[in-house]
Amino acid sequence: MQTKRMTFSHNWLPYLLLAPQIIITVIFFIWPASQALYQSVLRQDAFGFRTEFVWFQNFQRLFEDDLYLNSMQVTLVFSVGTTLLSMSVALLFAVMVNKMIRSRDTYTTFLVWPYAVAPAIAGVLWWFIFNPSIGILPYMLDMVGINWNHRRNSDQAMLLVIIAAAWKQISYNFLFFLAGLQSVPNSLIEAAAIDGAKRFKRFWTIVFPLLSPITFFLLVVNIVYAMFDTFGVIHATTEGGPSQATNILVYKVYRDGFVGMNLGSSAAQSVILMSIVIVLTVIQFRYIERRVNY
Amino acid sequence: MAAIKIEGLGKVYPGDIRAVQDINLDIADGEFIVLVGPSGCGKSTLLRMVAGLETITEGELSIGNKVVNQLEPAERDIAMVFQNYALYPHMTVYKNLAYGLKNRGFSQQDIDERVQNTAKMLEINPFLDRKPRALSGGQRQRVAMGRALVREPAAFLLDEPLSNLDAKLRVQMRVEIKQLQRRLKTTSLYVTHDQLEAMTLGDRLVVLNQGRIEQVGSPMDVYHRPETLFVAEFIGSPSMNIVRASTFANKDNQEAVKQLPEGTDVIGVRPDTVVFEKPAEPHLSFDCEVKLFEPAGAESHLYLHLLPDRQAFTMRVEENTAVAEGGKIMVYAPLSVLHPFNEASGRRTD
Repeated sequence: MQTKRMTFSHNWLPYLLLAPQIIITVIFFIWPASQALYQSVLRQDAFGFRTEFVWFQNFQRLFEDDLYLNSMQVTLVFSVGTTLLSMSVALLFAVMVNKMIRSRDTYTTFLVWPYAVAPAIAGVLWWFIFNPSIGILPYMLDMVGINWNHRRNSDQAMLLVIIAAAWKQISYNFLFFLAGLQSVPNSLIEAAAIDGAKRFKRFWTIVFPLLSPITFFLLVVNIVYAMFDTFGVIHATTEGGPSQATNILVYKVYRDGFVGMNLGSSAAQSVILMSIVIVLTVIQFRYIERRVNY
Repeated sequence: MAAIKIEGLGKVYPGDIRAVQDINLDIADGEFIVLVGPSGCGKSTLLRMVAGLETITEGELSIGNKVVNQLEPAERDIAMVFQNYALYPHMTVYKNLAYGLKNRGFSQQDIDERVQNTAKMLEINPFLDRKPRALSGGQRQRVAMGRALVREPAAFLLDEPLSNLDAKLRVQMRVEIKQLQRRLKTTSLYVTHDQLEAMTLGDRLVVLNQGRIEQVGSPMDVYHRPETLFVAEFIGSPSMNIVRASTFANKDNQEAVKQLPEGTDVIGVRPDTVVFEKPAEPHLSFDCEVKLFEPAGAESHLYLHLLPDRQAFTMRVEENTAVAEGGKIMVYAPLSVLHPFNEASGRRTD
């Protein structure tokens, strides 16, 4: 891509224009991240009187800790579940809305609304709906003989947080998929129809491959979302329970740091979390992007 | 290979909008039919109805003695070449050609054989491993043709396939399509708004206007004997001069018009039938002012204004014609080569 070369009247002007973004990045990312890096090699007593430099002991202890390894496993299930659920439901909705002619805009508006709901509010909403004593869903499930109690059943708790976390993301994914579907030329689908491909086959052999850049982008965004931005959902619904079943990495960082006051371990955890996401994103770009048709 | 029979075909959109109506057409096996008309005349809609991409709301369509109104596009055994080619961008040329065969359950060996043969015929075999975006416009056009040919369908439907090519390539591909169709003898329906393409390609032309057929006939028939005023103006380049009989001021012309069939009030004169010398046979004469001489190589054109009402009038002349722009001249058209029309009905009167 050819970029236009800009000339500024003053040397300092481009720096001034970049300054707001740089300041925000430094204050809200670089500084806390380096604090975390620094904290992760320290150990503090519970009252903050003594601080000791312990090299990589915090990391070492984490990888020997069954609770932490469990949390990793939980995060894996949670991220994959949330991403798959939100993307597949969003794709289904987008395909259905794309077929509509007159009511398309109305449905689009309604389907995008959940994205405007704050995560904590959404969490509370789900807390009410799934509440084992007063919730509507356990009441209905009881009628078909399913006993719902995510406070005791860890699988149900995982299902709940996945649904709650995916719900919001569906709106976002839906918008992207819909835009993608609308950019697939109609004549391609007609050509495929003449070429003898039935509706289902047309979708999987023509439309879906053409959506691959969008699918790839959403995959990266959704995994990052599931790993970082789902704190509110967990906090408002299960609080990591029962017995650590939904204690994902980002929630454990909070619990160990701000509830358990183990700042060193918490910092080490966030460093690990950060590296996991970086590695994942690099892997996605290196290996999956190759199979994408732009 | 099959004949196509179109009986009373019509397309009505909600709100009683008639895009196409009352189309009757018998297309013989192996015939090359060109649907031609201005934009919005319904030619593409008609083609898409034959393809099965638009539902048929009136009439009956048969391909090879079988009524196909309700059949899916795939079941009609037709192949279509789209204006924008509609190549699958994520597939190689090979896969683009093989897609339709694979969907129809051909064996791997059969597919390979057909794809290779078609690619060789269209000289696209060096590009089989490329994706469409790595091809030039002309190559893409060939691939689009190949995708239609490879299945050996009962009929080809071509929707302005050359309109995205540059002028030189368009002429070249036009010739190739014609040769290809002659060789394969597959029934073809070709939509274009370019009357030169229509004249050179078709065994028969179907001139459409406002969703109706104006005239069906061989290109030369349509050219030499346009049945309606619309066809007269649409076919031929530069287009036919249309003169109202009521504007004739001189006595001779008024007398001459009386020799034309009854009801004639509009007269069409092809620019190439206008002459400078007064002919011996009965003729019309036109008093003109020369506006512009336009030499264009093979044929040159003279743009005139008829006097006294300054109506535009074109004539074809030799390259070395000596006329002064702004000067006044007299030109003639023999009655035998005129096209007499009735303005109210729009139809020919002889």
